[in-house]
Amino acid sequence: MPNKSNLILNNAIVDDEWTLVTMPVVEEAVKKQAGKVVLFKLTGEATHTAEQIANTVIPCSGKILVPLSVWMARREELASRHTAGELGIWLDTHELLEDLASAIGDINSLPLIAVHVERFADGRIFSIGNLLRTRYHYKNDLRAFGDVLRDQLFFLKRCGFNSYLIRADRSAEDALASLQDFSQPYQGAVDINQPVWRRVNRQPAPQ
Amino acid sequence: MYKYDEIDQAIVDERVKQYSDQTRRFLDGELTDEEFRPLRLQNGLYIQRHAPMLRIAVPYGMLSSRQLRKLGDIAKRYDRSYGHFSTRQNLQLNWPKLEDVPEILAELATVQMHAIQTSGNCIRNITADQFAGVAPDEVIDPRAIAEIIRQWSTFHPEFALLPRKFKIAVSGTKQDRAIIQAHDIGLEFYLDNQNKMAIRVWAGGGLGRTPILGSVVREHLEWQHVLTYCEAIIRVYNLHGRRDNAYKARIKILVKALGIEEFSRQVEEEWQYLKDSPNTITEAELERVAKHFTKMPYEPLPAHDSSFDSAVASNPAFAAWVKRNTHPHQQPGYRAVTLSLKTHGQAPGDATSEQMRIVADFADEYSFGELRVAHEQNLILADVKLSDLYPLWEKARAAGLATSNIGLLTDIICCPGGDFCSLANAKSIPIAEAIQMQFDDLDYLYDIGDLELNISGCMNACGHHHIGHIGILGVDKDGSEWYQVTIGGKQGNDASLGTVLGPSFAAEEMPGVIQKLIDVYVRERTPEERFIDTVRRIGVAPFKTHVYGEKKKEAVHA
Repeated sequence: MPNKSNLILNNAIVDDEWTLVTMPVVEEAVKKQAGKVVLFKLTGEATHTAEQIANTVIPCSGKILVPLSVWMARREELASRHTAGELGIWLDTHELLEDLASAIGDINSLPLIAVHVERFADGRIFSIGNLLRTRYHYKNDLRAFGDVLRDQLFFLKRCGFNSYLIRADRSAEDALASLQDFSQPYQGAVDINQPVWRRVNRQPAPQ
Repeated sequence: MYKYDEIDQAIVDERVKQYSDQTRRFLDGELTDEEFRPLRLQNGLYIQRHAPMLRIAVPYGMLSSRQLRKLGDIAKRYDRSYGHFSTRQNLQLNWPKLEDVPEILAELATVQMHAIQTSGNCIRNITADQFAGVAPDEVIDPRAIAEIIRQWSTFHPEFALLPRKFKIAVSGTKQDRAIIQAHDIGLEFYLDNQNKMAIRVWAGGGLGRTPILGSVVREHLEWQHVLTYCEAIIRVYNLHGRRDNAYKARIKILVKALGIEEFSRQVEEEWQYLKDSPNTITEAELERVAKHFTKMPYEPLPAHDSSFDSAVASNPAFAAWVKRNTHPHQQPGYRAVTLSLKTHGQAPGDATSEQMRIVADFADEYSFGELRVAHEQNLILADVKLSDLYPLWEKARAAGLATSNIGLLTDIICCPGGDFCSLANAKSIPIAEAIQMQFDDLDYLYDIGDLELNISGCMNACGHHHIGHIGILGVDKDGSEWYQVTIGGKQGNDASLGTVLGPSFAAEEMPGVIQKLIDVYVRERTPEERFIDTVRRIGVAPFKTHVYGEKKKEAVHA
């Protein structure tokens, strides 16, 4: 039996057409701050070595989802895949959108951008989604993957994500339901950009 | 006060449903402790020393009598018949069961209340001056904008998981009573030179482990832009605030690291994209919300009332209460009243279910069915007629709510401390009670005069010890409880952080230490000086000498 897909795209569970390309793992020194293990990387912190980037194995056919730093270093090699519409880019929450924007001429030439969230509590992913949609005017598929859990889905959707790869040990069906948690959000955001007072004629409640 | 429409009601109802399911999944083992933690925290539920603690939101401190009755009922049914009013104007229950919380939230939703974002790394309850709308020195009543900010911040998707907690305070008075300089964002409302409502925006203040007073990010912001400007500030913080170390994760650390000029530059740059976006507030929306905060239907009354005047003249105890516990009002013939939750020898800020019911009745009978929670942990009836003060005082006295100590040494701000809170290093309530018993003589208290004493059981500073004229901080030394004393802190326009007096003290020494501080003040003061003025004039040294000079003869604990 094939593995069941855990990928949500536009409110439905679909098979993943994309092959995720990751860099070879290297041993990372455990960092500590105030006696505690550091769980989050600082925004803008460089985290990949040239060697890791060079040694990243890229499948030679099909749709590939490539790390931002690999794209930045190996553009020429990937140019034809990009032109063929077979290239998507993913970045970590501590990576800079400015780098993505300057590394790609037309952001909408990418059919897919994915943001990797290592820990669900890392709310930078929300600002990244928002900025991609509103500042960089990105229109194609925007996917969250990594520690993606149903209780953050409603927020991700509101910040412009339309695709979610639910963590493997959790049910995507259950997660789908949470997209409907709230019917009328107060504030304007990416999905519904008008705040409630511009959408609805609000009347005082009967006492 | 603000009343929910169908949209507000749907949001709290849907929240109850969502949280019930989250609790079920946790109890069924579908959610790990770590995954459930931010979910329960964003619903105000802590796991405490003895039991969970549930923090219920009281937006900018406003309550209706119906809501307070419901809180009293909930405390009786699901807790031990009392609640604790906090320095964020919220109500905390110390003994609810985790399994009962969905039911409690459903009960709260029936009176337009909730526990949304009362904890966790998100935008917390907005706080305000407890005398908003009635204070004579008020320039702008900030409650309508506070309510608009409350709605905007509720489930704000981009700011659902910030590096750390985020607190906003609003103030529209000449004398700040909302400690806006000690908040992540402080919004100071004023009328600009065109007589339009404008906001001076402060950012980067906060108490806690590293106390810092805020800086002005923008001198003049038109009110329409308050939401988009806050979005710009919080976006810069969300992306660049430190997540690698919880102790350095508040916005104050980012502002300090960048410097206020660079931080402001980044905020302004971000705001250029957000300015005039749809979250810009319209005149119509402000008008809709402001209709909920119009003046009460006051009776036209003279500024004096003869029955009141004669009661003051003939009854010294009543006169003392009027002096300390009632406050000037915009409307002639009315006063605002503080019901003291600082009865000597009882946990500051605590009210029993019975007291909540009684205060709700007072609100209905004397104050248009509304009341407020002060960040000093007392309850306020904002609109009481002069002629009603005497009967109100008699009833409040019978209910243990009329200790005439507001603004005095025993009106102690105090967190729940080590008796309840799992974060605490030391107990705080017994210290407060011991000090209250030491200074139980009201005449002596009146002689000492205005003095704010704040106690926190740990450096998270829920008891605002840094801005107490006298601050007490519980510290842990090799597993035993000690208390560090600061003096010279102050809230208000001229806010300041206290200076550490010296090595810390054992619990039983504390009443004596406070006594010595008072002795120095009484010896050194000029006739018009408050404790804080004397400290500012003569400095910490004379206090230090008196306290430690004699201490050395006994035993030195360092």
